[in-house]
Formats: sequence, C-alpha cells, structure tokens
Amino acid sequence: MSAAAFTGTNVMDIDAAKVRGAGSNVHFDKVSVAYGAHVVLHPLTLDIAPGEILAMIGPSGSGKTTALRAVAGFVRPASGRIRIGATDVTDLPPYERGLGMVVQNYALFPHMRVEDNVAFGLRAQGADRALIAERVRDALGTVGMSAFAKRLPRELSGGQQQRVAIARALAVRPRVLLLDEPLSALDAQIRRNMVEEIAKLHRDLPGLTILYVTHDQTEALTLADKIAIMRDGRVCSHGPTGELYRRPPNRFTAEFLGRANLLPVTVVEAAGGKGFARAALGDTTLASAGRDEKAGDRSLLCIRPQHLSLTDEGGHSNRISGLLREVHWQGELTHLVLDVDGTAVRVSTTRLPIALPEAGTRLPLFFAPADTSLVPEDAGV
Amino acid sequence: MSEAAVIGARPARVETGKFWILPPAALLALLFFYPLALIARQAFFDDSGMANVAEVTRVLHSRFFLNALINTVSISVAATAGCLIVGLVLALILAFVPFPGSRFVARLIDTFIALPTFLVTLAFTFLYGSAGMLNAGLMEAFSLPLPPVNFLYSSWGVVLAEVTVYTPFILRPLLAAFSLVDRGQIEAASVLGARPLRIVRQVILPAAIPALIAGGSLCLLLTVNEFGIVLFIGAKGVITLPLLIYGKAIQESQYQVACIIAVINIALSLGLFGLYRFAAGRLGA
Repeated sequence: MSAAAFTGTNVMDIDAAKVRGAGSNVHFDKVSVAYGAHVVLHPLTLDIAPGEILAMIGPSGSGKTTALRAVAGFVRPASGRIRIGATDVTDLPPYERGLGMVVQNYALFPHMRVEDNVAFGLRAQGADRALIAERVRDALGTVGMSAFAKRLPRELSGGQQQRVAIARALAVRPRVLLLDEPLSALDAQIRRNMVEEIAKLHRDLPGLTILYVTHDQTEALTLADKIAIMRDGRVCSHGPTGELYRRPPNRFTAEFLGRANLLPVTVVEAAGGKGFARAALGDTTLASAGRDEKAGDRSLLCIRPQHLSLTDEGGHSNRISGLLREVHWQGELTHLVLDVDGTAVRVSTTRLPIALPEAGTRLPLFFAPADTSLVPEDAGV
Repeated sequence: MSEAAVIGARPARVETGKFWILPPAALLALLFFYPLALIARQAFFDDSGMANVAEVTRVLHSRFFLNALINTVSISVAATAGCLIVGLVLALILAFVPFPGSRFVARLIDTFIALPTFLVTLAFTFLYGSAGMLNAGLMEAFSLPLPPVNFLYSSWGVVLAEVTVYTPFILRPLLAAFSLVDRGQIEAASVLGARPLRIVRQVILPAAIPALIAGGSLCLLLTVNEFGIVLFIGAKGVITLPLLIYGKAIQESQYQVACIIAVINIALSLGLFGLYRFAAGRLGA
C-alpha cells in the first residue's frame, strides 16, 4: 500500500481521538504559558493551515518548544485556547488529542521490537489486530523500515531509530504531527538525508499538518511552508518561508534566518508603486526593494552573502566597494569578509577571479536591487 | 651466550603483592568460615565424629521444623509482596506525580532503613497493641470489655511490621530505576493515546523489572532472616526458622537440632542472595 493510505478518510475507526475528522488546522488563540511569575510564552495567536508545515525557530529559551508542548497537552496554558480543527483541545489530556509526536532522542520503547513500537498507539486506541497489522506494515513501508520490523531499537542506527519514531507517529494517522527538534541528535550527513526524507514524506502525505520546532534554519527553510521566528517568548515574525527570507520584516529575522549583511543606509527616495526605493550608503546611492519607508528614514539594507558578486553581471546595478579582510576557501564555496564603511560584509561565491584575492585588497561588490530589501532600523521584536 | 640464556639467569623476583590476600582471608576464615564449619559439623556429625543422618532426617520431618519453615516462607513472601506493592505505588507517586515536598518525603521514608527494626514493632505495640491507643480508644468509645483489634499478635502483625520496615529497600532501587526512564517515552506514549495505567504497565514497569527483582529478593532475604520483629511481637504460634534456632539453642539446649535448622536457614539465605546478586547485576548495581 502506498503512503497515500495515511491520508485516507477512514480515520474514525479508532475511537480515542475526539479531534479526528474535525479538520487538521491548529489555532493558537492568545495562548500564554507561565511558570509562576515567569512568563515563557507571551500571548500567542497563530494559525497553522491544514496540510501546512509550520516551522517554529528561534534561539534556546525563545518559547518554541513550550508552544509545541502546549499543543501536545504537556503544558497547561495560563491563558488562551488551542483549537485543532473545530475542537477546543485546551482542556483535553494528551491521549485524547489525536496527535503524533517525534522528539529529539527518538523516545522509542527499548524493550519493544520495531513493529511493537509502531503498533503501540493503535493498541492503546483499541484498534483490532487486522487494522494494526495493516497500519504497521504501511507505516514501516513509508519510512523504508519494513526489513527491520523484528529488530529492537538498540539494534538500529540513530537515523533508523528516528524513522521508526516517525512511523510510530504516523501509524495512528494523526491530524497534526508534532516534530520537536527531531534531527538534532543525528550527525550532519544523516540529518541532511532525513530532511530530504521528511520533505518527501510530506509530499506523499499532503494532508498532514506539521508543527516543526527546530533551531536549525536550514531544516526550516527546506521543509516549512511558513516559518514563525520566536524570540523571548514572542513571535517576532511569521510568514511564508520565501517571503520571510527575501523580505525580513526586522533585524532579528534577517540575521537569524540565513546570514544577512545589514548595511546602515538613509532612505533618499521612497519606493513608489512597482519601483525600488533609493538609499544612501555614504556617498553611494543604492536601489533596493522597499516597504513603506519615507525619504529621510534610517534603515538597514539587507543583502544575502550569495547575492553579492565580485564581477559586474547583468542586472547588478548596485555597486559598492570594500577592503578585503578574510578569505575562507571551502571547496565548492569561498567565503570573503570585507569592510564596507566600517560594516563587516560577507560574500559567498562559487566563482572567483583566477587567483584568490589577498587580504588588504579593495574589491568592488555588485548586486541586484531585486535581491535586497530595506529592514527598519528600529524594528526589533 | 644467547639473550634467552641471559634472561633465564636472572634471579626470580618475589611478587609480594599477592600475599596481601592472606590477612583478610585468615581473618574471614577465623571469624566466619570456621564457626560455619563448626555449625555444619555439629549438624551432620555426632560427638564421636560419625555422620548422623538419622537425626537430620528426623528434624527435617518434624512438625516443629515444617511449621517454622512454612511460617518463615509464607511470612517473608507475604511481606515481600506487600513491600513490592507499597513500594511500587509510593515510587510511582514520588517519581511521576510532582508535588511539593516529594524529595523530603522520599528522604523521610529512607530514614526507616537507619532505624532498628524493633522500634517499628514498639511503635505498633503502642498503636495497635492490646493496651495501645487504637484499642483503648475503641474500648472507651464503645464500652467494649475486650480489645477489639488484635491482629498485631498474629502473622499479619509480623507481616505489617516487616512491610513497614523493609519497603524502603524496594523504594530506593525503584526510584533509581524510574529516574532513568526517559520522560520522552512517557510523553510519546501519552500522545499516541495511552492512558496512565497503560503507560505504567507497558512503558514504566518493563524498565523497572530488574529493580523490582533486586529489591524484592533483598526483601525476601531480609525477611527470611528477620528475628527481632518476630520476637518482639511475640505472636502466638508464629515461630519462624530464626526463632526456632534461638529456642532450640538457648532455651532447650538442643544444639545439634539448632545447627541442622541453621544450616537449612543458611542454604535458603544463600539461594536468595544469589538471586539478589543476579538481579542486581542485571540492574547494573
């Protein structure tokens, strides 16, 4: 049976989950969490659409895991309501929410074989034997672990254990899958493979809503339809992944989501209609995609390291120059650090002049206005 | 001359380190194995040094020995079962039900290990004895001529006292085992639809089985050899092996009978100790 089996409509045959069949969107309605007087999640209002992957990213202590645990039912909100589909689950215990969850350390039951781990949720929900056998077979097949059904978790590698954990979560056909730093315990190579596998899994299971908590921006950028960036218990920005990356609404987002160069500029001419704003960096005037800046505003021109070029190419109408400080050759990529009017500017390039430039050389940098955006200087969180 | 011959010609060095085993071995032999051998000799041989199988057979088939053996086994099994149940419930509450002061309560229960066993028995006498607080209160409240609660002077009194004294021996390894249970497993089980009882049965208990076996066999070992509690309670007709050995040796001066029973008691204890070590080894203790 294909992975599409998990998106079938026959999900009411397991009686425990009250929320099943009621839709798979998640709605945070002014949800806050506090431990005593210490507020770890300030009132959060957020929607995750059915079938959407929302990545919550942020530094440690930013409240992203707390938000996920509130959805799972392990953290009681101090205020606000959480709805999954049409059901208010705020007061439901975790075992009645109809969710699947995968955590960083896999949390497989060590004394159970792989197939029993995967069958655990179905047995807990009182499914009959035939259904359990079918679901276990499907879930293991989906994650490519059918051949390991009789193994114990300790006989598997970290990546294999994480696949089993995903199969275990999928076997109960959750409307929402919660992934809490699921790849953090894996080494870099396996993590890259697993990101691709999760992406493929979601292509196969388009109806599955996923809340993905991570501190790894690459995982978030690769997998998420939307990203919510958390900081100090608040959502500092939220939107479609590409939009947040290309047009970060604030400095924290620009710096946290991918490396961004932020050059302090003064807006000379506001962007009108479809055009670009014009901003002054010292004596140089640059064109940039703008928001609602007005002439005279102080702002930050955001440009990603890979969008800076050492050579003038078509469409790269912006030109600045800087003093080369550092050169880091990393095989397929070369990273340069230049000093541009006192600001460190990073350049990542696959193409260089014939010889590596030496530190101390003044180099021109070219970039296209469409690859830039203006970030308000004072827009913190 | 070859290298081998030169090496062979060197004077052999005396390794003095291996002789350090002698003092403790000699002390152990003098204080433990020799008296043990004397007990075994007294049990199986008569004064002329001849094997006395008939006396051994007679004692093993005697009513007083069989009664004591049955009492010992039944009381220790009941007490161990009680310790396992009470210890498990307490450990689950202390480990998984957060409440203020849980660590203090755990420490308080631990202190029972440090107290002499007769102290609990004495406390029980004050509480549940014929002239204890409970009976005095009931007799006064209901104008009863005789104490209505008299379980203390039966096997149940012994079992209750032993459960009170030895439950910490179950609690401690269980709390250690529970502290190693990954909370993520419990949360994953819960999200998958498992209710608390299923989580205890299928996730927590399998992780605690070695601790239960280790604690249980230690309890069994201690209760089989318990002397003070049984003697202090003085329950009518409740004679266990240690009490029988005491009676035969001290009160009746039947040393050979006492030694035969002692050898049986030692064999029982060693068997239980072997079980305990096996389980403790599985636990990693």
